[in-house]
Amino acid sequence: MNALNSLIDGFGTALTPINLLWAAVGVLLGTAIGVLPGIGPAMAVALLLPVTYGLDPTGAFIMFAGIYYGAMFGGSTTSILLNTPGETAAVVAAIEGHPMAKSGRGAQALAAAAIGHFAGGLIGTILLVALAPTVADLAVGIGAPDYFAIMVLAFIAVTSVLGSSRIRGLASLLIGLTIGLVGLDQMTGQQRLTFGTLQLADGIDVVIVAVGLFAIGEALWIAAHLRRTTGDAIPVGRPWLGRSELRRSWKPWLRGPVIGFPFGAIPAGGAEIPTFLSYVTEKRLSRHKNEFGKGAVEGVAGPESAASASAAGTLVSMLTLGLPTTAVAAVMLAAFQQYGIQPGPLLFEREPDLVWGLIASLFVGMVLLLALNLPLAPVWAKLLRIPRPYLYAGILFFAAVGAYAVGGEAFDLVILLVIGLIGFGMRRYGLPVLPAVIGVILGPAAEQQLRRALQISDGSVTGLVNTPFSVTVYVIVALLLAWPLLKKLLPGRRTETADSGQPEE
Amino acid sequence: MTSHDNRTAEEPTGKPAAEPAGRRAWLREHSELGVCVLLLALGVLVLTDALTMDVDISQRGPVGPRTVPIAIGIGLLLIAALLAVDVLRGGRGEAEGGEDIDLAEPADWRTVLLLAGVFLATAVLIDPLGFPVAGALLFWGAAFALGSRRLDRDPLIAAVLSVATYGLFNNLLGVPLPGGPLMGVL
Repeated sequence: MNALNSLIDGFGTALTPINLLWAAVGVLLGTAIGVLPGIGPAMAVALLLPVTYGLDPTGAFIMFAGIYYGAMFGGSTTSILLNTPGETAAVVAAIEGHPMAKSGRGAQALAAAAIGHFAGGLIGTILLVALAPTVADLAVGIGAPDYFAIMVLAFIAVTSVLGSSRIRGLASLLIGLTIGLVGLDQMTGQQRLTFGTLQLADGIDVVIVAVGLFAIGEALWIAAHLRRTTGDAIPVGRPWLGRSELRRSWKPWLRGPVIGFPFGAIPAGGAEIPTFLSYVTEKRLSRHKNEFGKGAVEGVAGPESAASASAAGTLVSMLTLGLPTTAVAAVMLAAFQQYGIQPGPLLFEREPDLVWGLIASLFVGMVLLLALNLPLAPVWAKLLRIPRPYLYAGILFFAAVGAYAVGGEAFDLVILLVIGLIGFGMRRYGLPVLPAVIGVILGPAAEQQLRRALQISDGSVTGLVNTPFSVTVYVIVALLLAWPLLKKLLPGRRTETADSGQPEE
Repeated sequence: MTSHDNRTAEEPTGKPAAEPAGRRAWLREHSELGVCVLLLALGVLVLTDALTMDVDISQRGPVGPRTVPIAIGIGLLLIAALLAVDVLRGGRGEAEGGEDIDLAEPADWRTVLLLAGVFLATAVLIDPLGFPVAGALLFWGAAFALGSRRLDRDPLIAAVLSVATYGLFNNLLGVPLPGGPLMGVL
């Protein structure tokens, strides 16, 4: 088992004191961020991108992965105690978790969620270890046309699978691609959309775009509609599970990852759909159907486990193909670019220490999460009382720090504000933010691969489809594009999930 | 989905009795057309920039620096038209919800403008005053704009946060931030 040896080496990297510290910082920060309203994991990682200037890549990614897993966990805490899901992945947790908390079983709901996250994350990460090297091996010989095909897949998937309107998704993608054009052309040095200014010649840094769209845009949007009365969190003690709940929960914990992992690996909106599917499954299989809606522990255990496993699935696509399937993965991809590392099939060969250290740290992070969060749950619940003006002022503050740290130029803050205002407008008119971010991150790379591929084929378009891999990918793209038509031809069965499958974005 | 959004746009002013009032209500209902106009303008901008580029004949490869911008520009024009058709047919973008967001209330433009102003002021002040001072002003100003009026507590939190962040980034992480005259004195 080659993967196993590499994993053991990875533990050697992950268990050094400094990397353990980053993992601990990551999961604590991630949980706090998940608990706090208004900050999602994507915004958190975006706000923390500037630390990449001062940290080595391994430490930075260990911390980012901790934030991702921690935020998934923290989001369910808010759902259960306050009935206001912070992350889309945590919407389902509120359905059963909040009634449980109201009837005095909040501690059990939190425990079912925490252990569910542990189980889901553990199984998901084991699947990641088993699958990722194989996927990377299969894809290792891929060239420019294949890379371009993958990027086209990312563009199409992110605009047609997510969100309710394809037109708005495409509009968002094009805005992102346009921002990506700004600066010097990578192959000829030609100035594009710089209007002769020196500041724009280097292009707009991905950090500024990510922070602007996720942090500034979100903070301004919330400020425009700030809820003046905030709900009260239900006080809760130390989480624990009784024997009967344990008996009802273990099967959902194991079933969750089966649903969550594959959905994380494909560009289908991350944890939103699998948590919902897991909920429906548990409801169908449960012997306590009458309790569903009033606080059934299975309805917390299964979806939470699925959510964690989907995060692991996301990492498979991101690390082996460089294909970001969620906003967090997109921002992590931007972080890779900051270090000049290109995630993809060659990553496992070129940066084995980084990749396996990162994967091993996921196991470490999950143990830390379980160990820290069961006793700390009452503390996390107190975070919900932070005054909202401080919270959103803090987001603006750290966004400014991040953007300024990029190049030490005040002009970057002005660009940041402009992009933030674009993000505000996008939220007002229902343009999803993720396609724009993917466009900025992948756009320039896609253009380069396209031009490289056409250079090899001397301008002939067939050069884009001359490998089996690229043809396969384009078939998938065609299926995605034709999906609305296919859905009309297959009526009935799907309507139930389609109706409630997208609670909010 | 559309009913959800109707609440965010302020209620149209009754029946379109007078012609100008009716037109204003119609525009308010269809304010999303503004997005189409912006996309259109962006498309024209990208196309103009691409077409006025002087490209060397010795460009490397069959695809020069103009091809992709032209494709994106055409895409922007197309999508602007498609979105306009969708809006005129009654399609509406769904305003984004969230845990601290109350879409039942009309948008609070004063706060947004104040925050943008505070942020812009920070961009102007950060070089002459240094990060610790400008950052503290940003936090205090933003908290004030968002409705916090604790004059005893807010400036203190702002100052501590700003100085601590400066120390963390400048001294621990090695990301340089301008100290300004204050750090020169200390």
